[in-house]
Amino acid sequence: MQNICSNRTVLELTVNNHPGVMSHVVGLFSRRAYNVEGILCLPVGDGDTSRIWLLVNEDKRLLQMIKQAEKLEDVQKVRRLAADDNLFARLESLIMA
Amino acid sequence: MTQAESPAKPERLSGAEIVVRLLERQGIRILAGIPGSANLPLYDALLHSKIIHHVLTRHEQGAGFIAQGMARASGQPAVCFATSGPGTTNLLTAIADAKLDSIPVVAITGQVSRNMIGTDAFQEVDTYGLTIPITKHNYLVNSAEELLKVIPNAFRLAASGRPGPVLIDIPKDVQLEQVDVVQWPEPGKADSNPPADGLLLAAAAKMIAESARPILYLGGGVVHSGAAEQARLLAEKANLPTVTTLLALGTLAVDHPLLLGMLGMHGAPCANLSMDESDLLIVVGARFDDRATGKLAEFCPQAKVIHIDIDPAELDKLRASHVAIGGDVGTVLEQLLPLIQSQERPVWQARIQALKTNSPLRLPGLDDPRSPYGLVRAVADCLDENAIIATDVGQHQMWAAQAYPHRRPRRWLTSGGLGTMGFGLPTALGAALAEPENTVACFSGDGSLLMNIQELVTAAQENVNVKVVLMNNSTLGLVHQQQTMFYGERTFAAEFTHVPDFVALAQACGVRAVNLDTAADPRAALAEALTSRGPCLIHCSINVREKVYPIVPPGAPNREMLGT
Ligand SMILES: Cc1ncc(C[n+]2csc(CCOP(=O)(O)OP(=O)(O)O)c2C)c(N)n1
Repeated sequence: MQNICSNRTVLELTVNNHPGVMSHVVGLFSRRAYNVEGILCLPVGDGDTSRIWLLVNEDKRLLQMIKQAEKLEDVQKVRRLAADDNLFARLESLIMA
Repeated sequence: MTQAESPAKPERLSGAEIVVRLLERQGIRILAGIPGSANLPLYDALLHSKIIHHVLTRHEQGAGFIAQGMARASGQPAVCFATSGPGTTNLLTAIADAKLDSIPVVAITGQVSRNMIGTDAFQEVDTYGLTIPITKHNYLVNSAEELLKVIPNAFRLAASGRPGPVLIDIPKDVQLEQVDVVQWPEPGKADSNPPADGLLLAAAAKMIAESARPILYLGGGVVHSGAAEQARLLAEKANLPTVTTLLALGTLAVDHPLLLGMLGMHGAPCANLSMDESDLLIVVGARFDDRATGKLAEFCPQAKVIHIDIDPAELDKLRASHVAIGGDVGTVLEQLLPLIQSQERPVWQARIQALKTNSPLRLPGLDDPRSPYGLVRAVADCLDENAIIATDVGQHQMWAAQAYPHRRPRRWLTSGGLGTMGFGLPTALGAALAEPENTVACFSGDGSLLMNIQELVTAAQENVNVKVVLMNNSTLGLVHQQQTMFYGERTFAAEFTHVPDFVALAQACGVRAVNLDTAADPRAALAEALTSRGPCLIHCSINVREKVYPIVPPGAPNREMLGT
């Protein structure tokens, strides 16, 4: 089935929750002209950390992007979600419904 | 007594006082900067410090490069101050330069008070946003209390792993906020480096043992890690012909029999040609910068790659490696050395000798102290091996890279990654402040020198032992050379129609000047200028037709050097 997740992958970042984090993360992509197709951010637990999900195109630069994200001081963990994860497809159907 | 001793009773201090105390505890003894409205509380606190010497510069970029000079010479993080708005934007070039060359600088900027942030207040800029892409990390501090964590952490980050600049933006009201300090934190220092994976080390050792034509390729990471000694031992034990990047000049002494010289755009022909034939590159603390590799797709086409670097993101970034070892290069080499077998490789050694003999780096005019290479060598003849060499950016930088007899690490301060004109003088000043006992010579061009010429006044004020060797071709020489060679001789906007009298200009700034053009005995004049203490400008006219050779045309592979 074709949906917004086709040929795309989701990166899940666990980050320190403060006002500058989002800029740091999206800046990595924007300055490499690497488009972020979808983005979701939610606080985790007591709110000291949050989680960011990025829907991005499969691209040969992806591994480099993950390594660069891992270098950010405010990023605790980077995970690539399984290919069949359809988080953003579900979100889309929720919003479009 | 531990560093974290707690005072008998809490001290009531302002944020600004906390910053100054933490800097003192961090071991900072010199810092450069310029005050303004948004950092005046910091300056008011600094006034009371008995151990920090503040160097008032004439431009914030000068302060940023002074910090770089101290950090590059010592390897320790150094600090600069600027006020909000224009003070901070003036700093940006020096910070970006530190990022690209991995230099530990801690920049502390004033910001408008918290309740004014986001209102387009007077001298407000988004410092945090501006500095995200050019720092290793940055902070906008939200309370005086937070400084007790942020400042040590900034120093730890600047120095840990791959070093880099960290910026701390402190709103004015946070500087003024009073809090009780019960306990001082430990000063921030570099994290220790974990050992490398034994399997990878064994794989690397095996590849080196099996290689017929290996080359050791040393980069700036060897300097940062303090690993020059380990690199030499590896080269000697495995009998590895060695090349260095621009930033790694001095990591293997110029007269070492295994040294081929610098690789890349203006590298030694024998270095580039040997690499082209190599079957194995052992890349240590280098990142395949395009000025070093030339056309990447044709760089060392037959070579497998062992890549050792502390930054995992550098591994496989531009060139796929067969063995990639993430770790501090000194630690990794230390572990690798016992696994290395001594080896002769007579065929490769013979080939290398032939390339060295037939394709050496040519340095015409060495015996004329008023020619580019001759001047560099004549300066070197007057200096000992503790002397520090800084450069600006242009032809003079490459002439100095090629002809100076580099012998030791941390004695060669040049802007590699960003290639920033204006780098030389303030960086030399910083190095001279850090090491007052040594001479610092700065090779500069007339274009570059004018970009931070105001710091000559700072040099006079601090009476530093900086010798600016000005190679004056009244031209943006490197641009002129590129236009001449690659733009059909359409030179444009490269020759200056108006050129200041640099000798008079230096004197007007309070700096002595010596003019080699008119000296009866230029070598004697040079020796006198370099060996007497204090700042001095040494002026020498250079013919605009002088070129930097060899040169790899932009986009060409390194084997296609012109002017060899
Ligand atoms: C800040 C900055 N602006 C522009 C350049 C581009 N550029 C590189 S070399 C050069 C000419 C340098 O001239 P000069 O300092 O006189 O040295 P020369 O090449 O003549 O030795 C220029 C303009 C640069 N590297 N840095």
